Amino acid sequence: MKRFTYVRAASIDQAIESLSVHADAKLLAGGTNLIDLMKYDVSTPTTIIDINDLPLREINETADGGLRVGALVTNSEVAIHPFVARHYPLLASAIFAGASAQLRNAATVGGNLMQRTRCPYFYDVLTPCNKRAPGSGCPARTGLNRNHAILGASQLCVATHPSDMCVALAAIGATIIVQGPNGVRSIPLADFHRLPGDSPEKDTTLVDDEIILDIFLPPVLEHHRYSYLKIRDRLSYAFAIVSAAVLLTINDEAAVSLAHIALGGVAHKPWRNTAAEALLIGRPASRVNFDQFASMLLSGSVALSENDFKIDLAHRTVVRALEQAASRTPQSQFDKRVH
Amino acid sequence: MDQEQTVTGKSILRVDGPQKVRGEAKYAAEYNIPDLLHAYVVTASIAKGRILSIDLAAARRFPGVVEVLSHKNRPWFWPVSFLYKDAAGPPGKPFVPLDDDRVYFSGQPVALVIAENYEAARDAAALVKVTYKAEQHTTDLAASTAFKPRKRRIGVAPVPHPTGDADLAFAVAPLKIESTYTTSPENHHPMELFATTVKWGKIVTVYDKTQSPKSVELFLKVAFRLIGRKVRVVSTYVGGAFGLGLRPQQSVFLAVMAAKALERSVRLVLPRDHMFALGYRANAVQTVSLAADEQGRLQAVRHRAVAATSQFEDAQDPMLLFSASLYRCNNIKLTYELAKLDTVSPCDMRAPGAATGMFALESAMDELAYVLDMDPLALRLTNYTERDQSENRPFSSKALRECYALGSERFGWHKRSRAPRSMREDKELIGWGMATGAWEAAMSPAPARAKVMVRSDGKFEVTSSITDIGTGTYTILSQIAADTLETTMDRVVIRLGDSALPFNPIQGGSWTAATSGAAVQSACRKLKSTIRSRAKHTGVLGRGQGAELLSASALIDLLKLQRGRKLSATATMFSFPFGKKFSSATHAAVFAEVRVDEELSVVRVTRIVCAVAAGRILNPNTARSQIIGATVMGIGKALHEDAAYDHNLGRCMAHGFADYHIPTNADVYDIDVVFVDETDAEVSPLGVKGVGEIGVVAVAPAIANAIFHATGERMRHLPITIDRLARAGSR
Ligand SMILES: Cc1cc2nc3c(=O)[nH]c(=O)nc-3n(C[C@H](O)[C@H](O)[C@H](O)COP(=O)(O)OP(=O)(O)OC[C@H]3O[C@@H](n4cnc5c(N)ncnc54)[C@H](O)[C@@H]3O)c2cc1C
Ligand code: SF4
Repeated sequence: MKRFTYVRAASIDQAIESLSVHADAKLLAGGTNLIDLMKYDVSTPTTIIDINDLPLREINETADGGLRVGALVTNSEVAIHPFVARHYPLLASAIFAGASAQLRNAATVGGNLMQRTRCPYFYDVLTPCNKRAPGSGCPARTGLNRNHAILGASQLCVATHPSDMCVALAAIGATIIVQGPNGVRSIPLADFHRLPGDSPEKDTTLVDDEIILDIFLPPVLEHHRYSYLKIRDRLSYAFAIVSAAVLLTINDEAAVSLAHIALGGVAHKPWRNTAAEALLIGRPASRVNFDQFASMLLSGSVALSENDFKIDLAHRTVVRALEQAASRTPQSQFDKRVH
Repeated sequence: MDQEQTVTGKSILRVDGPQKVRGEAKYAAEYNIPDLLHAYVVTASIAKGRILSIDLAAARRFPGVVEVLSHKNRPWFWPVSFLYKDAAGPPGKPFVPLDDDRVYFSGQPVALVIAENYEAARDAAALVKVTYKAEQHTTDLAASTAFKPRKRRIGVAPVPHPTGDADLAFAVAPLKIESTYTTSPENHHPMELFATTVKWGKIVTVYDKTQSPKSVELFLKVAFRLIGRKVRVVSTYVGGAFGLGLRPQQSVFLAVMAAKALERSVRLVLPRDHMFALGYRANAVQTVSLAADEQGRLQAVRHRAVAATSQFEDAQDPMLLFSASLYRCNNIKLTYELAKLDTVSPCDMRAPGAATGMFALESAMDELAYVLDMDPLALRLTNYTERDQSENRPFSSKALRECYALGSERFGWHKRSRAPRSMREDKELIGWGMATGAWEAAMSPAPARAKVMVRSDGKFEVTSSITDIGTGTYTILSQIAADTLETTMDRVVIRLGDSALPFNPIQGGSWTAATSGAAVQSACRKLKSTIRSRAKHTGVLGRGQGAELLSASALIDLLKLQRGRKLSATATMFSFPFGKKFSSATHAAVFAEVRVDEELSVVRVTRIVCAVAAGRILNPNTARSQIIGATVMGIGKALHEDAAYDHNLGRCMAHGFADYHIPTNADVYDIDVVFVDETDAEVSPLGVKGVGEIGVVAVAPAIANAIFHATGERMRHLPITIDRLARAGSR
């Protein structure tokens, strides 16, 4: 670990100012990702700005029926919040699918959005990695890549975004409210995480001296159906190989009237395809249509040397999650059986 | 003493449990010594080559750093490699950290930073700049050339000679299978990290995580020529080891080197990621060919294994041990070969060899059963043998048939429908599989000693250098002592895990209970007769001849009358492995149920029944824990554990529990352990066979066989991860 200066921000403005003043500064929230990365010398900030005193711990219903969740609210607090449990069960379910109870108690919403990839090379400073050390190369491309991206990767990086929560947020269509020296702006979740392209070192479109204030969840869908299905290497406590977040409404004629579907574990960001979603609208919620949708969602996927299985597995996972949602039997995160 | 009052054979709770729960049990890294220094290892990033330069300047300047050692400025130690041989070492040149500029494996120690505190040592370690001249490396077993090891590892049974003509028998047999099975390397990950605290002084006290304080003491004395100093190695508590602590580890060598160089007390705790470069369960490629007649009687067994080893040692383990003796067959041919990789040497890991070899053999038996259209259990019973045909002698006891019967009954095996994919519930395919397990039952090849002494308060103190690696050794030795001394356990005080105590061999191979236990029993018997004869002389016999003499008050009186003379006895247990009339083995039958999501390839191991025949069970409570732990390890071997290498970099890319998966609670459902009665007067004086390894052997093949039964996919690589199963299904 590199030695660093520790600052405790007393206000949001002070946090932003500290970010602007200190090059290589990092905000500290729950610390479950940042401290890990610092211990392995992957992240080497010279200043740590502790934001735990900032007034970002509230969950408030908005006038239009939506919800604002402060950046410092813990993952557990979100998942057990009565309003979330009732109106955004997809989000609660995705959070429960991730990490462990202890980690969820410490991890914050802001930190979860900003968590970094779990690519093993990224974590190991004795190996090259374009994301960690730009220009050093990407050993995953020709090495261990069974859990790497099948969509939206670049020559320079094939890493995936590891979050479960963000996959649900993508399906819900959340907005991230951030503040920088020039004021407050909002970023739709779809634009928050980016594809690696030519600069894999950048995970998000957040600028260096910006801070996440809260996330905004749009008003609740009446009578929606949902499921979060996560496939992983063991039945608990592992990052997704693929995951699917499904929000669905079905009208009286048994036709799909709304479909928001996001995939996790397949790309550098939660993966959505609104054109494919549009094709589901007005059609029966049937296996054939789900199959077609999955094919379109995954069109353009490219396999690396070890992750060919992911394309087919992602397809099956989406179809199953759609079926679970349609039949109002969402995947339980406590019974480890997939049904 | 009547049966009612004895404690041996009863489920006694661990005597060291309270200390552990209260946090009073001290482990190697927990001894605090004034002015203690802390060390951190700098490791190599390449798999093979030479160190060109090593720049220690920045690390040296780091606040708190006391010294940085590399091969260039380390203190003297013997340059002769044979001096580093240890009791569990294979043929070759043992690895010695910081010896010279050569790099043998990625993760190898290349420098050691010693500082006033742990953080300074760790942070300065990142500042050590090493440049290398890399050479072409190989870490891929498939790309390496197989050879027959020239020298055999001492202590590992030779590969049995061929009998009959297996090639011909296989060629002409009507029904047969031939398959190749592969396994990934696995790492030992006991909960406790490898750690050493060295207290420097006239007496060098080394608190170390090891399975053998005695061999570590000997090793250190030789390696560092600690003339004029006494070396004492203390391992009072060991938080699991699984074989990684059988040899003196890098940590103890480096910590003592630093202490000697600085003449100060030093602690070195290896972080979890460094533990991937200490040793591993050798990955292997195995081909098994089995042939049978129409009745299912085996006509030929051929088993060829190529196991990984390092460039500098020919690590060997008994991978083929049971292929010649488990089933009746006249034509057997076994081939055991090694292939050199640029890795650290593999080392023993719970049921070394057998767990890997039996995965292949028992998978092949299952494959054969399907070729024969025979029940897999019936095939095993058809080929049951009462004699060890490879040694041509009977077993001292073998209740495997009873294991099959009891295990299958508890599991409900008779309700199984034979065809693959014939059992399902909703979207899950259900599979039932079984496999046989076996492990050597032996006394330690080296002698074991124990001492028992009457304390001034009339209690008995039992001492032995053997360690308790979490298996329950403290408890069972206390039970044996209490019964032999015709007293209750609260009058037995036990001290273990200290090289200053009576000699014991390494704790491994499931022989501790049999060997050290027998030594304790014998010492206690000796003490009793000493007490009797002394009582006669001193005249306290008035109290009677029997148990009364052993009461605390009688012993206190006796000690007083003796005026300072001690009441103690020491005994040594020898075992003679030569000219044995019997073969001895522990056996198990494991039945597993899996549920596999047909489309998503998600596997759940929902039920395991493990029936074990292991001679006399000293303590069903601790024995059962051993089997449960081993079963969980078997689930990990079957489905999760994979020390994945990037062969381009020659580097194991698993660095912690985030990428080296072991089962979580959610992955472990119902485990039903049942011990089959087995009386064995030959195997050891106590009738004990040992339960440390047997639990792991049959679990992975039983699960693989269950997955075949569920899905119709024969999975010939461990671990059976979702990618492998999904790919098999989409073929
Ligand atoms: C063993 C383990 C298993 C895990 N398993 C899962 C899993 O299965 N699924 C899953 O989704 N996640 C998993 N996680 C990741 C976990 O969800 C994240 O570590 C956590 O969400 C990060 O939140 P934090 O508050 O601790 O962030 P921190 O570690 O404090 O910060 C992480 C990053 O976010 C930045 N940051 C924090 N707050 C803000 C803010 N308000 N504005 C701008 N930047 C900010 C920090 O500067 C830092 O760069 C796992 C983690 C561990 C250690
Ligand atoms: S995939 Fe991305 S994170 Fe992983 S090694 Fe390549 S560049 Fe680094």
